[in-house]
Amino acid sequence: MKRLFKGNEAVAEAAIAAGCRCFFGYPITPQNEIPEYMSWRMSEVGGHFVQAESEVSAINMVYGAAGAGARAMTSSSSPGISLKQEGISYIAGAEVPCVIVNMMRAGPGLGGIQPAQSDYFQATKGGGHGDYRMLVYAPSSVQEAADLTYKAFFRADYYRNPVMILGDGMLGQMVEPAEIPPAADVSALPQKKWAACGNNGGVQRVINSIFMAPDTLEEHNAALTRKYEEMARSDVMSESYMTDDAEVVLVAYGIVARICKAAVDILRAEGVKAGLFRPITLFPFPYREIATLADGAAERFISVELSCGQMIEDVKLALYESGKRPQCGIYARTGGNVMRPEDVAEHVRSGRINKSWIK
Amino acid sequence: MKKLIISENLCKGCGLCVEACSRGVLSLSERTNAMGYRVTECVAPDKCISCACCAVMCPDCVIQVHREVKA
Amino acid sequence: MDKIVFRKPPLLTDAPMHYCPGCTHGIVHRLIAEALDELGEFENVIGVAPVGCAVFAYNYFKCDMFQAAHGRAPAVATGIKRARPDSTVFVYQGDGDLASIGMAEIVHAAARGENMTVVFINNGIYGMTGGQMAPTTLEGQKTTTSQSGRSAKEHGNPIKVCEMLSALTGPAYIARVSVHDVKAVKTARAALVRGFAMQKAERGFSLIEILSTCPTNFGMTPQQALCWVRDHGTAAYPLGVYKDIGLPGEGRE
Repeated sequence: MKRLFKGNEAVAEAAIAAGCRCFFGYPITPQNEIPEYMSWRMSEVGGHFVQAESEVSAINMVYGAAGAGARAMTSSSSPGISLKQEGISYIAGAEVPCVIVNMMRAGPGLGGIQPAQSDYFQATKGGGHGDYRMLVYAPSSVQEAADLTYKAFFRADYYRNPVMILGDGMLGQMVEPAEIPPAADVSALPQKKWAACGNNGGVQRVINSIFMAPDTLEEHNAALTRKYEEMARSDVMSESYMTDDAEVVLVAYGIVARICKAAVDILRAEGVKAGLFRPITLFPFPYREIATLADGAAERFISVELSCGQMIEDVKLALYESGKRPQCGIYARTGGNVMRPEDVAEHVRSGRINKSWIK
Repeated sequence: MKKLIISENLCKGCGLCVEACSRGVLSLSERTNAMGYRVTECVAPDKCISCACCAVMCPDCVIQVHREVKA
Repeated sequence: MDKIVFRKPPLLTDAPMHYCPGCTHGIVHRLIAEALDELGEFENVIGVAPVGCAVFAYNYFKCDMFQAAHGRAPAVATGIKRARPDSTVFVYQGDGDLASIGMAEIVHAAARGENMTVVFINNGIYGMTGGQMAPTTLEGQKTTTSQSGRSAKEHGNPIKVCEMLSALTGPAYIARVSVHDVKAVKTARAALVRGFAMQKAERGFSLIEILSTCPTNFGMTPQQALCWVRDHGTAAYPLGVYKDIGLPGEGRE
């Protein structure tokens, strides 16, 4: 049953539906509605909400609750997510499942509170120390934000790995009709034998990420890498819109993908063969799918992003896999500014490759 | 009956048990264990009253203390 | 016929401890296990180890354990208690972990009145990393980062954690004890028993600060280090109970 949801609140309700019973948050615009919502909703389902003293504490509370077997989540926005990086590295290193929501805002530093996508590298290349990755989902609608948050808990448990919902201020603040997935039966979820939840004198379980012997730690890193390779094999998600015969392919995710879809419609109406390729998982990135487009009709790729050339690097990596060498440029706005569909269409019409954010 | 059961392999020769015993029952022997520590040794078992002060001060649970109980 | 009057408590594993000879971590580990044993708390115990010399504490306790990021153990324990409200959680921290990088975490866990028992090892130094100054290093005390002795002007003043936390409303029981001799160890044991009893009775946050030694970085023999704590440690950090709201049935509701 569809209901009008603000993006942030749809994410919170979807987490509840997925069986999340422990949420730890901290105020930071533009994601405040998530802790606000959880502060009253959790008690309705017998769950727990704590407003931590900092984002650093919040992610460590997630480490505790999730390590003890609960489905746990935290949310924040860019500066707060930076504070959580060490904790995320520990969570990945100790193989603890959890969901982390980042409603991105403009950076760096205090930056701004308007939407941006400038945490792409941090999210997909690992913002904390050590070789670890997160499964990163990039929703582009309130409905998809709910669906991906719900799915995130199941994939987190499957991989025993943190999963990030990478949204932005606009997605978090906008209101759209959405239907929350059916509530999971928390008691029916598979038992987590590895969880440190009190062993009643039985086999000890340890949630830990330190391995002093290099060989042991090397094998541990290999095991983690195998996990990320499995993600690359089986978890890639993307959407193609009018790319079959497209000569110009816009590559965009999240809210920007919606803008580019409108731009494609404008261009198609003028007979310009444009298309949109939308990664839904940013890690694992859909390299092969883009390479396939490059082997086809596509001659020009434009990475449309609210950041200073971050996703474009992955687009170029994808094109490296292709037999052909199409052009690849960027159209970017930053600082919280968001391009309009007409702006993107104008850029495509101009035939230029790059539309820099530098005036 | 042995009042002090000493796990020599766990001893680190820190000497805290020797200091804690008011009756000079224990002393660090010249023998060393696999880790190379001089191990604590019961040199005056008859003076031992099984008070367990030595074991209370031992950081490594080296000493198990027994007391004679009339049947 | 003979009776065992002293043995290793059941919650400790058989793993030899990596601590330096005479380091009091070993004593405190045993006291925790004895206190839990005395309360019959063997079933649902979960421990949280810090970063520091006790980072490998999970090798020495048989119960389920967490190894927490430096300073974050009280936050990790907060999460554990939300996921497992019926568990008995002990948080083991050194002075760098608790009073330096983790100060916000310990203060807020105490202020929230989190139902957990924190065992705070105050030996006035960073042991694992080779003897640097800690927030609890005494004035004039030489360390590798206060090589001519700690001076208030240059290095700030020692932090008295029990006094500070007992000013909060959340804590149920805060006590400072020591392990410098047999009598002190028995007092420390009793304080740990009371701390865990508070948790079991859901009275709220309990913290037991235990003045401890670091013979290696003090540059002393183990016994000299204990005497130094007895004389200088207790002078700077007076022993005693700083807060105790009482257990049910003690008529102090």
